[in-house]
Amino acid sequence: MTVGNVTTPGLIAGLLGTAQRDLLLVWKRPGDVLNPLFFFAMVCTLFPLAVGPSVEQLEFAGPGVLWVAALLAMLLSLNSLFLSDFEDGSLEQLLLSPQPLVLLALGKTFAHWLTSGLPLVILSPLLAVAFRMPGETIGVLMATLALGTISLSLLGSVGAALTVGLHRGTALLSLLTLPLAMPVLIFGARTVSLAASGDLYSMGIYALAAYAVGALSLAPFATAAALRISNE
Amino acid sequence: MWTFFHKLASPPHFYRLAKTLIPWFAVPGYLLLVYGTYAGLFLAPPDYQQGDAFRIIYVHVPAAYLSMMAYMILAVAGGIGLIWRMKLAHAVAASAAPIGASFTFLALATGSIWGRPMWGTWWEWTDPRLMSELILLFLYFGYMALRGAIDDTAKADKASAVLALVGAVNVPIIHFSVEWWSSLHQGPTLVREGGPAMDTAMLYPLLAMIFGFTFVFGAMLLRRIRTEVLHRERRTRWVKDLVLAD
Repeated sequence: MTVGNVTTPGLIAGLLGTAQRDLLLVWKRPGDVLNPLFFFAMVCTLFPLAVGPSVEQLEFAGPGVLWVAALLAMLLSLNSLFLSDFEDGSLEQLLLSPQPLVLLALGKTFAHWLTSGLPLVILSPLLAVAFRMPGETIGVLMATLALGTISLSLLGSVGAALTVGLHRGTALLSLLTLPLAMPVLIFGARTVSLAASGDLYSMGIYALAAYAVGALSLAPFATAAALRISNE
Repeated sequence: MWTFFHKLASPPHFYRLAKTLIPWFAVPGYLLLVYGTYAGLFLAPPDYQQGDAFRIIYVHVPAAYLSMMAYMILAVAGGIGLIWRMKLAHAVAASAAPIGASFTFLALATGSIWGRPMWGTWWEWTDPRLMSELILLFLYFGYMALRGAIDDTAKADKASAVLALVGAVNVPIIHFSVEWWSSLHQGPTLVREGGPAMDTAMLYPLLAMIFGFTFVFGAMLLRRIRTEVLHRERRTRWVKDLVLAD
């Protein structure tokens, strides 16, 4: 792509380049990925400690607990999505770049999902077994988490872009994102519950997939607009 | 036609226009509310199933409808403000948010009071509409918190407009998901095929209350916009002239 007399990489190269850079940053500082994962595991342990160790209760509450914990872990990791870039000024470089900001924001969100959504999906079977979830249900849980965390990454990127650079950003980010994330939680947790009780659950998977596709096509535009507003 | 819109967007003009409009909203609004309250409490017959407890719908239904309407106003005004950079639209959005949140709270409170004798509980988790209203209240809280957290007014306007638009896209999805989550509520009685399933002696007070609430909402919104415009334009010439003239 040529802008003026400067040749810049193409659109896809820009998207992948942004994602690659974020992945490299995470590779150098793995704590950012591990902390939300530990948080996820610990929240899942808190519930049995608070409710009691009875097996029926754990089986019954399992899908809900795992999903709420995953949602909170995603929120925790969202805070740092644009923060370090905002602090060291590279966010302004992204805004000034000749590439469309929508694609760059999508690249960053993609990297965020790879480093916080995907690890949750991979870790979830371990915790699901502890909650006495049968094998088939674990598959459904992983499918819902995979689709749901995509939506959460995209929704959260809008919230993170709106609150970047604000003093009380962390609490505000949760306040903005949680009500929007409720449909994802409902579809995710209910689908796993339905699967656990042997009911028809395909509709929940379809709804989650539809939500993810909708978020994928709309959220990056909102994120890009929010980033421009936050950096005025 | 276009000059009308251009004039409408100018804060001093709207400030004066709103002053003349407010009585046209407030007087019919309060008259309808007085009639609706009297007719709803004394003229309408008690329900054959719910007895006198059904009378709370005369507050609950208008409040619930306005809570959603205010969010739509918020999102549409925010969108207009973002696209055409109309400052007045942002003032409308900023003024609509607290009123909408209050009506949402009113709808939740009356719904909960109605639920006590009907369902035997203050809060029925399985009712999808109560849940949607609660999530709507959270959306309002988030919107107002974002507005409050940004000091620069122009930036707060744009950021909250983006949030309101994202929220408006989500509201139907939230409603759908909550409905799927559970269903136990009496079905809609007002808007359905074959006309409302309600005796006219009960229906007319309800319609009067709905229109009365809407008019009073309009009057409240205009009044808030006037204050908001004055506050935003406090450094301009026309506000200084206005204050000095008094």
